[in-house]
Amino acid sequence: MRVTVRLFARLRDIVGAEEVEREVAPGATAGAVWRQLAAEFPALGDYERSISVAVNADYARMDAAVGEGDEVAFLPPVSGG
Amino acid sequence: MPEPPATLYTDLMTPLLAIGPEPLGLEPLVAALAEGGSAGVEGAVVGFLGLVRNHNAGRRVRYLEYQAHEPLALKAFERIAAEVGGRWPGARLALHHRVGRLEIGETSVAIAAASAHRAEAYAACRYAIERVKQIAPIWKREFFEGGDVWIEGATADPDDRTAREHAERVACA
Repeated sequence: MRVTVRLFARLRDIVGAEEVEREVAPGATAGAVWRQLAAEFPALGDYERSISVAVNADYARMDAAVGEGDEVAFLPPVSGG
Repeated sequence: MPEPPATLYTDLMTPLLAIGPEPLGLEPLVAALAEGGSAGVEGAVVGFLGLVRNHNAGRRVRYLEYQAHEPLALKAFERIAAEVGGRWPGARLALHHRVGRLEIGETSVAIAAASAHRAEAYAACRYAIERVKQIAPIWKREFFEGGDVWIEGATADPDDRTAREHAERVACA
């Protein structure tokens, strides 16, 4: 199944795109999507412990299952204000 | 020409919570709070503006660029407003954050909190900015003399109770 991965801040610079489409295994978790992307872009590994995730613009957990066409957004540590 | 429907005016009213590229000010937030409240109940409004500083961590800052996951940021603001209403019953919040390139001295975030008495309004306003910094999916890239860097702060987990308790302590100090 395909998911859209959205990236922010330095993650966006590392991947070189605001969003990318990726084919992932049926029943994959958000964490699996992350690990697949981190295998492709090793610099993402720095964020292993600090990353947060949102699925379809809602806060989610890395162990949440994602579905066909879902938007999975990876959030590095934030710095608003 | 016929009068436009009343709903149009409603749409044009300043929302309590917003994120976008438009310049910010405190007065629209105060007006939005007044529109949404019952007149006379609230005796205090406290406002906060966050401004782009020309120095940070020993660097001379030239300008900032803010990026956000805007739909999720709005949900974070809703969550913060709900937390404020739970912690200080009757307190209400207006919160706007800007995105895009901001020059030195411009306003990046504007917050106003209203409540019956000043103590709750001060606390709610302080709590709100602490929570924005903890959980709102917003990032600033600092362009300084000699380079640029993405600033990375808190880990954006809205359910982290330690972070929330910290914000409450700071707000009530």
